[in-house]
Amino acid sequence: MIDQFIINALVAGVMVAAIAGPLGCFMVWRKMAYFGDTIAHSALMGVALGIAFDSENPVIMIGTCSAVAMLLLFLQRDRRFSSDTLLGILAHSALSIGMIVISMMDRFRTDMMYYLVGQILAIGTDDLYTIGGVVFLSAVILYFIWRPLLSITVHEDLARIEGVRVDQIKISYMLLIAFVVAVSLKVIGVLLITALMIIPAAAARTLAKTPLQMIVLSSVCGIISVISGISISNMWDVPTGPAIVLSATVLFLFGRFFIRARA
Amino acid sequence: MGVKSSQLLRLEKVCKSYNTNLVLEDVSFSVNRGETVTLIGPNGAGKSTLMKISLGILDVTSGDVFRAKNISIGYMPQKVMIDDVLPLSIRDFLYLRPNTTYDNIEEVLETVRLPHIADQPIQSASGGEMQRILLARALLGKPDLLVLDEPVQGIDILGQQEIYGLIAEVRDKTNCGVLMISHDLHLVMASTDQVLCLNRHICCSGPPEFVRNDPEYYALMGRPMEGVAIYTHHHSEGHDHLYHGHKSSRDNHDHD
Repeated sequence: MIDQFIINALVAGVMVAAIAGPLGCFMVWRKMAYFGDTIAHSALMGVALGIAFDSENPVIMIGTCSAVAMLLLFLQRDRRFSSDTLLGILAHSALSIGMIVISMMDRFRTDMMYYLVGQILAIGTDDLYTIGGVVFLSAVILYFIWRPLLSITVHEDLARIEGVRVDQIKISYMLLIAFVVAVSLKVIGVLLITALMIIPAAAARTLAKTPLQMIVLSSVCGIISVISGISISNMWDVPTGPAIVLSATVLFLFGRFFIRARA
Repeated sequence: MGVKSSQLLRLEKVCKSYNTNLVLEDVSFSVNRGETVTLIGPNGAGKSTLMKISLGILDVTSGDVFRAKNISIGYMPQKVMIDDVLPLSIRDFLYLRPNTTYDNIEEVLETVRLPHIADQPIQSASGGEMQRILLARALLGKPDLLVLDEPVQGIDILGQQEIYGLIAEVRDKTNCGVLMISHDLHLVMASTDQVLCLNRHICCSGPPEFVRNDPEYYALMGRPMEGVAIYTHHHSEGHDHLYHGHKSSRDNHDHD
């Protein structure tokens, strides 16, 4: 008989990985890995704000992540600063705010590590519903926007002239990342959530011959990594988040060195 | 909106500035069905800005832009680079256009003469093939107006003639209007009806043989190279010729 907390961990991890991979594909294609990191750092600020207001409501975290994403869009209008620079400013400012707020509350200082690498084995049934809801909603939205988003990724002006609503689609994508990062924090943590998006996507590239294949395979790679990571962590008593990430890395390396894709 | 039936696009006294920097001043021109208008000018002359205004993806600071009602616009962007991290075949690239069927794709691939490589990754296409793929994408919407941003950039002379030949062929077959940016006149001029020399404002304009002798054109673009092969398109005969570009032979070719 498998313990309930292991089942919860598996279900939560599989749900998050299923959507993280596809979002990660676009992150890899659009060269936006640093954006994922920034949102993850903002999530820590969201945690801190939640503690300050004495509430565990996931809406606080989702709101914080979304606000930072929208702030980035606004700041990008000034062409004097590249996105790279703006992301650096936002990521580290959000992280600093989060750390200062957390440090002011004595009871949480010892738990910082959980938010950095996740606490997947402490996922409760309530968390499963939140994660499930957000993941399902994100999957539905992604299903409707993935084609136009791909078109924008290939050539923005061309997409615009062909009638794609470029701005709406881009904002939707950024909000999707904010949503998924916010609910993934407990599962995999600030430091590793981007890894769960990028590495399965990169691993999928070696096999995929079409964008859709890469999206589906990235989900599969993410799910395999989660299952293998949780099993390894359970067998050898190592931290779960890092075990998941390293499982994904092994998949990537395997693909990179043993599979010759024709595409 | 005051656009004659054969007129597809008309700009009137268009000015554009970014902050306090004026990049376009008092630009007026029009594009009709079956007509090719070529925009030439040095780097930074405002060509791309003018093109984006014509396409309707950039607003003017002052002046008016009229587009004929319900026309479909085909756009061919400048040189597109697609990263290897995206697994995308040529067919899938074309399929990115909304409301496209695989039959439409076969059709445009025939038009640009590339059906045999449709399943290859788009990253493997040569410079000339890539430009033909972009032309095919522009043709998918059965455009009334084709807008082409430096369609032959970075292609060898033979490839350039091929692209210009295809564009003229499409224009004659579908009676669409063509607005095209070019760095220079040498190869493009024979298939062009009207040339606009742009350097923030329109310095000179008219039929190519006229503009070519305009001192403003020399001042802007320098003297033409001698002995360059010139692609010439005769509407009346319906097929293509190559001329060796000595001034005399270019001056007396008939242009409808």
